[in-house]
This record gives sequence, structure tokens and C-alpha cells, in this order.
Amino acid sequence: MPVLARWIEAAGIPTVVVTMMPAVAEERRSPRVVGVEFPFGHAFGMPGDRAMQRRVLELALGVLAGASAFGSRVDLDIEWPVPLREAYRSWQPKEPSPIVKKLLEARG
Amino acid sequence: MIVDSYRFLPRSFRPLYEGRGPFPGEADPVWAPFAKRLAGSRIALLTSAGIYLKGSQPGFDLDAERARPEWGDPTWRVMPSSTKPDEVGVAHLHINHDDLHADPEVALPLRALDALVSEGVVGSAAANHLSVMGYQDRRLEEWRRTTAPAIVDQLRAEQADGLVLAPA
Repeated sequence: MPVLARWIEAAGIPTVVVTMMPAVAEERRSPRVVGVEFPFGHAFGMPGDRAMQRRVLELALGVLAGASAFGSRVDLDIEWPVPLREAYRSWQPKEPSPIVKKLLEARG
Repeated sequence: MIVDSYRFLPRSFRPLYEGRGPFPGEADPVWAPFAKRLAGSRIALLTSAGIYLKGSQPGFDLDAERARPEWGDPTWRVMPSSTKPDEVGVAHLHINHDDLHADPEVALPLRALDALVSEGVVGSAAANHLSVMGYQDRRLEEWRRTTAPAIVDQLRAEQADGLVLAPA
């Protein structure tokens, strides 16, 4: 996804990546990055929490329109309101993905 | 406040992402200035949560991924700005779908964008937003060759002034 943003930006369309792994988006040289400390699948926040979703989108748009140079990163200061163990478990698929299954089988 | 980029990632996955540097051939800065005011701009959204319109579009090809676990469906879907939550299907084998079904705004905030448009913060929303499935072959060959150029054409046709991308 950070690389997809680069290809779109290179075609002349400004981009911002909203991501739970902003360090990776930076390493992958995304032009503008917003970091969120949220579980995977939840870039804009908690289901049903309109205020949280709006804050993420507003920050993303602020960085999209206001960043002055390549490599800008701003992190959102919101703590995920679910205990870590529960949040960690609940974002994961109900059964392991095919690649994870394959790696587990290879490990025996 | 600095986000911990690995807080929710299984520990064994971390070396797959951390310290790997730029994608091959993608180290140089790329920059398209955002020249207009936001209040006069058209904004488009893109999610990689693998969502699609279950009544009118095929889902992303999960059977092919099951047969070839290193491969992920590289195609893309348009998501009209009028999409209702109950029209959204999810085809992604690497995340839980429950919250996406309950509230697709967690990945594609169509209503939040509408609200900002109606308040005059943003000029307009694109008529069609975009969806991909984020698990891809590591070389991203099809995305580079086919999907990215098609998405650029779509965004130009929509006259989008900027794109917010959100990985799942």
C-alpha cells in the first residue's frame, strides 16, 4: 500500500497513507503518512464511533493538504479503548490465512 | 506521541516488515503538491480491506489464494459514495470481518467524508471511491503494471485532487 501511494503520487495525484504501521510506510518512502495505533482492519477507528472516525479523517486531510515536504508523518494521539490482549485477538481472522497455514505446516 | 508500529502485529511477523528499507527501485522522493484549498478540492478514498459490493461485483478471488498462498487477488473495485453498509461484502483472509460488516466506516469513511463536505471543510467527495485487497504477491507486479495505472485513470476521470489510502 505505501508503494501504491508512491505510484499514484508519481502520476501527479497527492496521497496520504493512514496506517497502523507508520514506521513501515516511512521506510517504504510514502510521501505523507498518518500513524494510528489501532488494530489491523480499523484504520479509521472503532465501529460506530463517529467522533473517532472523524478525527482520523480530519488529521489525514490536514496532512494531505498541509504537509510541506516529502516524508511528512503525523501520528494520531488516540489510545485504542479495548484492552490489548482482547484487541490483538479480535482483529485476527477466524482461521489462519493460507500463507500462515502453509508456514505452520512447514514448521511441523 | 509516537505510534508503536508493531503493537498489534504478531511478534513472528515483525521481521517481515521492520528494517526492510524501500521497495526495490522506489527509494527516491515522489511529490505532487496539494495546490488548492481543501474546501475547493475533491477527495477520494481507497481501502485495502478487500470490500466489494456484494450485489453487483465479484469478491476478491480467495479460492485462488487458497490454492497459491503467496498470491493475492490484484484487482480493484469502485465503491460508490452512496454505498450502504448492508451492500458491503468482505473478501480478505488476513483480518477479522466482524467490525467491517458492522460498520464499514472503520475502513472506508464515506459518511465522515460526507459530513466534512456538508460543513464546507472539504469541497466534494469523489462519486466513486476505491477498494483493493491488501495481501499481495511480494513483488507487486500486477499492482504496478495493471492496477495502479487503472486507479490513476479512474481518479483522473473523477477529477480527484487527492487520495486518502488506508491499508487494512
